Amino acid sequence: MADTRYELNKGLAQMLKGGVIMDVTTPEQAEIAQEAGACAVMALERIPADIRAAGGVSRMSDPKMIRGIQEAVSIPVMAKCRIGHFVEAQILEAIEIDYIDESEVLSPADDIYHIDKRKFKVPFVCGARDLGEALRRINEGASMIRTKGEPGTGDVIQAVRHMRKMNSQIAKVVSMREDELYEEAKTLQVPYELVAYVHENGKLPVVNFAAGGVATPADAALMMQLGAEGVFVGSGIFKSGDPKKRAAAIVKSVTNYNDAKLIAELSEDLGEAMVGINEQEIKLIMEERGI
Amino acid sequence: MIRIGVLAVQGAFIEHENIIKELGADCAELRQKEDIEDIDGLILPGGESTVQGKLLNELGMMQPLREKIESGLPVLATCAGVILLSRNIVNDNNRYLATLPVTVRRNAYGRQLGSFRTRAPLEGFGDFEMTFIRAPYIERAEEGVAVLGRVDGKITAARYKNQLGLTFHPELGNDNRVHKYFLDMIANPA
Repeated sequence: MADTRYELNKGLAQMLKGGVIMDVTTPEQAEIAQEAGACAVMALERIPADIRAAGGVSRMSDPKMIRGIQEAVSIPVMAKCRIGHFVEAQILEAIEIDYIDESEVLSPADDIYHIDKRKFKVPFVCGARDLGEALRRINEGASMIRTKGEPGTGDVIQAVRHMRKMNSQIAKVVSMREDELYEEAKTLQVPYELVAYVHENGKLPVVNFAAGGVATPADAALMMQLGAEGVFVGSGIFKSGDPKKRAAAIVKSVTNYNDAKLIAELSEDLGEAMVGINEQEIKLIMEERGI
Repeated sequence: MIRIGVLAVQGAFIEHENIIKELGADCAELRQKEDIEDIDGLILPGGESTVQGKLLNELGMMQPLREKIESGLPVLATCAGVILLSRNIVNDNNRYLATLPVTVRRNAYGRQLGSFRTRAPLEGFGDFEMTFIRAPYIERAEEGVAVLGRVDGKITAARYKNQLGLTFHPELGNDNRVHKYFLDMIANPA
């Protein structure tokens, strides 16, 4: 039975592929996102850029606010809990969230242990910077992975770095002799079976999205061409000049990520992009949370 | 060689392509209206129907696909694909291809916690493993529609002439018989 639930949860992530998951803070924004073609929304009180600006401890959102968003849209609704905060996760499961993001965007509640996600019926997505992190999260029960990127910056460099690193590590595992996989499992700190899966299939056992710093249709297409199976856009939409138009453009760019002519058209007149923070200017590095 | 167009604007289209290729047919990913050419069959995969429907409209694919289906192009639709095909949707004001004379209910089993897998009879296949993920079901089928499967009394599989609609995901299991049946539909038109 537990296995079936995990298969169903991986399956939901498969249905989201080729799509864009958008951060929203109100039912109105959720409707705009759905209208623009989001395949799911992430309900949260403050988008990452504002979490950065506000500082302090950042926690799971008010369940009432999340319920308001669940009522406003028909697409799946996700929400974030703090790394290691299994009670926040229990609360999100109790309100029948479609996916929990155990997220480094919020302040971690535990600096050693992640949530034992196998204990839950509701699916989890987790961030990862490399293959080891991804497989550790999968071993804990995550049924979807996303790059961590550096949320709330509008700077895509970290997401690119994480996706490239993951790809090169996967390629390395594929090229290994079978008798080398045991040592690789030790190095990555993950079970042998997961390394063997990657060796045989040349991919993670779950869907892998890009996240963290995606702000333009070109950013989204870049991540797709680098092998992402879909894209999370957080602050990039509702921190920009014309959210509706930008959201719709990013959706189409993800569908036709190889068509530069179309992406050129989509990139026209989008108004101001989110201002963004450069890598060197970041004071709070979220990607280092929960490894 | 038979060439199947797989709608690839959003959703789980690669899973279908893998099975079709394994069965020895060719696949074309349909992402724009220019792609809708020289296809012998069409697969509408699972995903989010609101996204797929919106993209079909905005990429100018809705009308050409509808015309192809109406003129007899065989279609296999799964989950969200059935919503795109249905003439009526109970809890959604949108209408998409609207070529299959049935009425569906979206997210009929609720949120992700309502997703499930079961074995149930599917006409012509015996017991079949069916995976439902935030699935719809068919509330009513008009005259002329053959009901091929039900789960708990709700219609989960139906065929109307060249259109085969399944509210579950045959592409997620290890059973490729539905895809074989679909390729047979193309090779031997009724």
